[in-house]
Amino acid sequence: MNFLNGMTLLLVYQLVGEVTVRLLAVPIPGPVLGMVMLFLTLMIRGRTPEPLQNASSALLSHLSLLFVPAGVGMMAHFSRIADEWLPITLTLLLSTIITMVATAGIMQVTTRWFVRPEKGGGQGNE
Amino acid sequence: MNEPAIRDIWVYLSASPLLGLTITLVAYGLAYRLYLKAHSNPLANPVVTSVALLIAFLLATGTEYDEYFEGGQFVHFLLGPATVALAVPLYQQFSRLRQLWLPVTISLVSGVVIAAGSSIALAWLLGGSREIQMSLAPKSATAPVAMGIAETIGGIPSLTAVLVVATGIVGAVLGTKLFEWMRITDDSVKGIAMGVASHGIGTARAFQVSSQMGAFSGLAMALSAFATALIVPWLVDLIGI
Repeated sequence: MNFLNGMTLLLVYQLVGEVTVRLLAVPIPGPVLGMVMLFLTLMIRGRTPEPLQNASSALLSHLSLLFVPAGVGMMAHFSRIADEWLPITLTLLLSTIITMVATAGIMQVTTRWFVRPEKGGGQGNE
Repeated sequence: MNEPAIRDIWVYLSASPLLGLTITLVAYGLAYRLYLKAHSNPLANPVVTSVALLIAFLLATGTEYDEYFEGGQFVHFLLGPATVALAVPLYQQFSRLRQLWLPVTISLVSGVVIAAGSSIALAWLLGGSREIQMSLAPKSATAPVAMGIAETIGGIPSLTAVLVVATGIVGAVLGTKLFEWMRITDDSVKGIAMGVASHGIGTARAFQVSSQMGAFSGLAMALSAFATALIVPWLVDLIGI
C-alpha cells in the first residue's frame, strides 16, 4: 500500500501540472510544474511522507531504465542519422563536453566568489 | 510444435504490449548485471547495452519500432512521474542549496544557454540541416521536456528523444574523467555540471559516485528542465533561425 500511495501522489501532481499548463497556456512542461508544486508542498509540510520517499527512490534509482525505449527509437531514424551522421555525432560529443566543462568551471569559480570560503578553501571533498 | 502454431504465437505476441515491455526489462536486467560485472565502469553503461540488445532483437525478428513501443511506452511513461519525484531530493538538499543559490543559478542559466547555443552553432558549422539543429538544441534537458521543446522550435520530437539519450550517455561515460582532468573534487560542482549537461542518465551515474553528487545532479536536471523550457525557444527566436 505504501508504495502505491506514493506513486498515486506523484501521478496526481503530474496530472494537476499537465492540466494547469494547458489551462494557462504556459510554455513549461506539465511534469516540471508538477515537480515545482510538489516541492512547495514539501516546504509547507516540512517533511517527506514515507510513501512518497519510497516511490521516489524506487523511480529515481532506476532512472536510466526509463530512457531505454526512447533510445531504441534510434532504429526508426537510421536513415536520417546516416544522412547527417557527421554533424550529429560531432555535435553530440563536442557540445556535451563543452557544456559539462563550462558549467563545472562556472560553478567552481562562482562558488568561490559568492560563498563564504569553507575550511580548506572551499575545494575540499566534503 | 509445428510451424503454424509458432506463427500464431508470434502474431499474438507482436500485437500485444507484453513482449515489448518484457524484453525492455529483461534487456536492462542483463545490461545492468554486465555493468556490475565490469565494476561499474562507465564504458559499460547499461543504457548503451540494453539499447543495442533491443535493436538487435527487433531487427532479427523484423519487428517495427512502433510495435515494440506498444510495450515500451509503459516504461517511457514513467519519465513523467520520475520528473515529479525529483522534488524529493530537491527538498532534502534544500539547506545546502539555499547556501549555494547564487552560484547554482548562474551556472544553471549559463549551462543551459551554452548547451543549446553550442549545439545549434556546431550543427550549423558542420552543415547540419535546420531540422537537425532544432532537434539537437534541447538535447541536454530530460526526454519529455526536450521533446516538447523540439516540437515548438521545429525539430523532430522522436529524433530529439534519441539525441537526448545519446547526450546522457556521452556525459555519463566521460563526466568523471573530465572532472578528474579539471581537478574538481567538490561533489556539488560535479553534480551540477552532470545534471545540466546530461540529465537523468548523468544523474544515475552521479548517484553511483556519491549521494551528494546524485542529489545535486538531480537538482540541476530538474531546474535545467525548467530553464531549458523557458530559455531555448526564446534563444532560437533571438538568433533568428
